[in-house]
Amino acid sequence: MAELLRLLSLQDSSTRVVMLSTAGLAIAAAMVGSLAMLRRRALVGDAVAHASLPGICVAWFVAGDRSLAVLLLGAFVLGLACMATMALVQRFTKAREDATTAIAISGFFGLGIVLSRMIQNQPGGNRAGLDGFLFGKAASAVTSDAWLVLAVAGMVVAIVLALRKEFGLLCFDRDFAVGIGRPVHRLDGVLLVLVALVTVAGLPSVGVVLVVALLVIPPAAARCWSASLGSMLAVAAAIGAMSAIIGTGLSAVLPPPSGAVGGGWPTGPMIVLTAAVLFVLSLLLAPERGVLITMWRRHRGRAADSPIGSAG
Amino acid sequence: MIDPSIPPEPWLSNDDLWTMATAVLASVACGLVGCWLVLRRLSLLGDAISHAVLPGIAGAFLLTGTRDVLPMLAGATVIGIATAFISSALGRFGRVDRDAALGVTFTSLFALGVVMMSLAARQVDLDPGCVLYGLLEFVPFDTVDLLGAQVPRAAAWLGAALVIDVVLMVAFFKELRATSFDPAHAASLGVRVGIVHLGLMAAVAANTVVAFEAVGSILVVAMLVAPGATARLWTDRLVPMLWLAAAIAAAMAIVGYLAALELNTSAAGMIATMSMVGYLGSAGIVSARGALRRSASRASAVLTMPQPRSDRR
Repeated sequence: MAELLRLLSLQDSSTRVVMLSTAGLAIAAAMVGSLAMLRRRALVGDAVAHASLPGICVAWFVAGDRSLAVLLLGAFVLGLACMATMALVQRFTKAREDATTAIAISGFFGLGIVLSRMIQNQPGGNRAGLDGFLFGKAASAVTSDAWLVLAVAGMVVAIVLALRKEFGLLCFDRDFAVGIGRPVHRLDGVLLVLVALVTVAGLPSVGVVLVVALLVIPPAAARCWSASLGSMLAVAAAIGAMSAIIGTGLSAVLPPPSGAVGGGWPTGPMIVLTAAVLFVLSLLLAPERGVLITMWRRHRGRAADSPIGSAG
Repeated sequence: MIDPSIPPEPWLSNDDLWTMATAVLASVACGLVGCWLVLRRLSLLGDAISHAVLPGIAGAFLLTGTRDVLPMLAGATVIGIATAFISSALGRFGRVDRDAALGVTFTSLFALGVVMMSLAARQVDLDPGCVLYGLLEFVPFDTVDLLGAQVPRAAAWLGAALVIDVVLMVAFFKELRATSFDPAHAASLGVRVGIVHLGLMAAVAANTVVAFEAVGSILVVAMLVAPGATARLWTDRLVPMLWLAAAIAAAMAIVGYLAALELNTSAAGMIATMSMVGYLGSAGIVSARGALRRSASRASAVLTMPQPRSDRR
């Protein structure tokens, strides 16, 4: 408990940077995810995330330098390539979008596994660096990497805030935006690039499989609390930050389960589980649309209608 | 010393053939069930279920302490059906669209599964990494005795799954077809749309689990969705689509396995890659063919266009 307090009060400088970067990333992801969700593109991030695995491997092959920045650049490039491929299939065939997305998710991930196995088989190629990308490991991040993630997150948040009005129009009244001559296609493109950026930046801490949760769960929770885009962005950001901080803290502090050989509590899944708990609480407790308040209203309404209720 | 009576080692060993057969069985079984997902626009639900079964598998493992297939099958089927329910409930109560509701559900359940597995790590054997990409290469080392022959356990289970899939599909073909294309009409004919949906979800979850050990939870999505979606690009008719999907599924499994053998890399990963390549290639060919036909018909329309008659003026 004392350990948890020490961690949450950020007394340790390296923990402070790592937590700040994870929280910053979660904030950026929550804001971009809110926009993506309103544009009904919630799962695009999942395809990008899975496509980033082969991207990391290609970067590993191509570049002699294996710093995080280079690997993430590879991931970003392949993420964009994946989105472009999906858009092309959508544009030129009658194929269903959901099928294309599912195939892209799985196929690119398969390619990533193929390439990473080939890296593993190379003399001197050890995959230790790559395995971390599957489930993430924020707790052991290097300070310089944390600054990189923080910088990307800051940039994304700045862009979202600067284009807030345009994105609002795009999400809620696209036809009107077209009518008054807003470049909606370019805005959609910017949004997709932002999705790719936060997804890739989230890989080191949350991992390929679960990073989409940062894009989806906080906005879904925020939707219970808010009625305007501004408040949704703010609430989503707050929920994202809380999930990141609590999740990272728990995974660092909880004693490893008795006899566990691995690293104990994996960071990425703990962040996601925290977000899921916050989501369920939001769903239950939200003041206007919450499940509890709805049930109570319904109950009261029924009681008022029934003769016994009115007599009492 | 070389003994001439021993034949030279064949290109594919017995183990290789069994592994390939297992991959084909997994691919065809998943591909046939997946056709119905594709037709119902539920491909992403297949993706979600294949992720979400993890806590069911981990739970069964934690409770029984063994890797017996049956408890895992039960656990995963329950969680798979729960995924379909939870995500549709979230869509209603949380007012988020279907994709987002699925995203929330499967990431949460998957995270829960990973954490449960790391708790079970002391019993080793169950590694979150393998859960993602499977252990197709180890299939031949775990055999059962079937009618006197040593058959890989995974192949036996997958064969049974395939037979059950086909029997159920033939038996309920009318119901599946009606509910996939026009649920409202099917309901008016007295088909229990909800029950059919539930059965399909159960079948997806069960197939996922059986294929899971061999190919992992993410790559099984390619096996579920790619054959049906690829076949759908080529044909508009249901029965040819099913046959074509089965053929594509088998072909992708074989091509992927051989390519992986050649490059000495992950077979499951290669099968998923090949499935995507096949899908993208088909999309390219079909759209090019469509463009060609359109321009051809435009050209012939120009050629056969009635010429303006000069005496009209």
